Amino acid sequence: MSILINKNTKVMTQGMTGKVGQFHTLHCKNYANGANCFVAGVTPGKAGQSYEGIPIFNSVMEASAQTGATVSVIYVPPPFAAAAIDEAVAAGLELVICITEGIPVHDMLRTRYKMQGKKTLLIGPNCPGLITPDEIKIGIMPGHIHRKGRIGVVSRSGTLTYEAVWQLTELGFGQSSCVGIGGDPINGMKHLSVMKLFNDDPETDAVVMVGEIGGSDEEECARWIKSNMQKPVVGFIAGITAPRGKRMGHAGAIISGGQGGAEDKLAVMEECGIQITRNPAEMGKVMKHVLKG
Amino acid sequence: MKIHEYQAKEILRQYGVPTPRGSVCFSVDEAVAVAQQLGGPVWVIKAQIHAGGRGQGGGVKVVNSVQDVGTRAGEILGMQLVTHQTNANGQLVRRLLVEEGVQIAKEYYVGMVIDRSKQRVVLMASSEGGMDIEAVAARSPEKIHKVWIDPSSGLIDAEVDVVARQIGIPNVALAQARACFKGLYQAFVEKDAMLAEINPLVLTADQNLLALDAKINFDSNALFRHSEIVALRDLDEEDPAEVEASQFDLSYISLTGNIGCLVNGAGLAMATMDIIKLYGGMPANFLDVGGGASKEKVTEAFKLMLKNPNLCAILVNIFGGIMKCDVIAEGVVAAAREVHLKVPLVVRLEGTNVDLGKKILAESGLPIISAVDMADAAAKVVTAAKGA
Repeated sequence: MSILINKNTKVMTQGMTGKVGQFHTLHCKNYANGANCFVAGVTPGKAGQSYEGIPIFNSVMEASAQTGATVSVIYVPPPFAAAAIDEAVAAGLELVICITEGIPVHDMLRTRYKMQGKKTLLIGPNCPGLITPDEIKIGIMPGHIHRKGRIGVVSRSGTLTYEAVWQLTELGFGQSSCVGIGGDPINGMKHLSVMKLFNDDPETDAVVMVGEIGGSDEEECARWIKSNMQKPVVGFIAGITAPRGKRMGHAGAIISGGQGGAEDKLAVMEECGIQITRNPAEMGKVMKHVLKG
Repeated sequence: MKIHEYQAKEILRQYGVPTPRGSVCFSVDEAVAVAQQLGGPVWVIKAQIHAGGRGQGGGVKVVNSVQDVGTRAGEILGMQLVTHQTNANGQLVRRLLVEEGVQIAKEYYVGMVIDRSKQRVVLMASSEGGMDIEAVAARSPEKIHKVWIDPSSGLIDAEVDVVARQIGIPNVALAQARACFKGLYQAFVEKDAMLAEINPLVLTADQNLLALDAKINFDSNALFRHSEIVALRDLDEEDPAEVEASQFDLSYISLTGNIGCLVNGAGLAMATMDIIKLYGGMPANFLDVGGGASKEKVTEAFKLMLKNPNLCAILVNIFGGIMKCDVIAEGVVAAAREVHLKVPLVVRLEGTNVDLGKKILAESGLPIISAVDMADAAAKVVTAAKGA
């Protein structure tokens, strides 16, 4: 088992005819069971065409009805990406993964408001996507650094997630699923909602949680972990050296309004029983120590 | 993106929020002319820089004669204004706002931000106007009243009435409070703001509400649909290195240390800064070259870092995913040659085509220090910076 996606998941790509959408769809199709998983693309006005044998439809509704796809991955450019999420939600998909970086925050506020009471889960935006190693990869992460196993990974960043995964793989710890929830201030699933899924997954033994400055998601997750989590969690927060009030690349990575500092987050996480490290080179080592305890 | 106070007030006026009469001035003559036009008996001269805390730094003066307007304007224009939000050298004052003075009966705070966990715009108001709101929040959080705004209905009269009474706005000014708060919300949404503050909002002696100071920050990701906001950008207020970086689509922040960092990805870039500090060094910058860095982009990134006179060493930390390590290695070698690199360069490559990348570095003949992982890289660059 795994969380959210597995080798039987049927996926459509929104924005598949763009350069980025094509590039990553092809890589995903070529990873593990991807050829059976990536069943549709959506680009308005291009129905009837295909890319690498994947049929293209005019709308999410059509693509879903024709192929049975229940998951969508979005590479649509920022000005139109929130509308693409809205369309997938309206079509009743189970899961939407939005890779697009640079969506206006007010667009995401409106989209998240419309998602209230709907069953659709959202990962991202501005995220690398998610992967269940040796089964399916949906997103832009390099597949080859992953290895099938029993550690869950949840993170707000892209390459820092790869760093964590690589350290685990190097030490012989495979991953059950790895989820990049994205670096934007208004997003879908947070550390907490992903952590709950890992807690319930019988094939996940422990979790690496990677956070960064800004907001209070990590603290909220840590407080839940303290009284509910039955598996060990290793945590790292990026941005101890980040100055206040400066946006560090990610739109959501900013210390503002007296909250979001790395030391505050680490203190709460430690107090809640998470095995924290201040050294980003030692996420894997700390996990090894925890498991071999 | 940040703008000046006078620009924020112009936007608020468009949305029906009353402000004192006044105008921006770039010279003493202009300031005197504006003062004469406004008429007396009291004027306020306010330095226009993007940093807060201007009053405490001597950038805001109340004067009682046109002659004094000229004198004070002359003192403030061209001064290096130091506040708690500037660096130690301060910020050069190039613009002034000259306004009519008003008689203040009471000061309030009104602000709007995006609440990340509730995913709503939140209105915050307090009777403690004119103060640092973070200090109020820390000392007496009960004095900050909040309304989480439903995006379908917007801010409604009943919500404004409640919060206005909570902060002590008298009934006689309630209609004005509605116009003021709702105008602020409308501006916040329509202009894609991330933060908007009226601090203080004042009740004048004749029972009118006025936005005495205003601050609005905008979402950079939404500027594509706001050419009118882009036109308000003042590059003099921004770090030249950061402005230059943005032209090459690089995300760059200047820091105070001496070790330059070039990294792909914002999270890994922050983690790289952190590990440098953990090993006893200090990062000179945050620099994310992004997911699709070309040879040209890497070269520009090197040039940017080398403009910093404090730079003693450079650490390149790349986790190649989509971006291949051999492409980055070629970029690093080309950049090091082009800029005639004189400071030690430590490179850590991992991920796609890593062996090819390392081979390119090794065969370049350049004195590049290779590192096997992040810890090794940090240790080596800190040592190199100390030796330099």
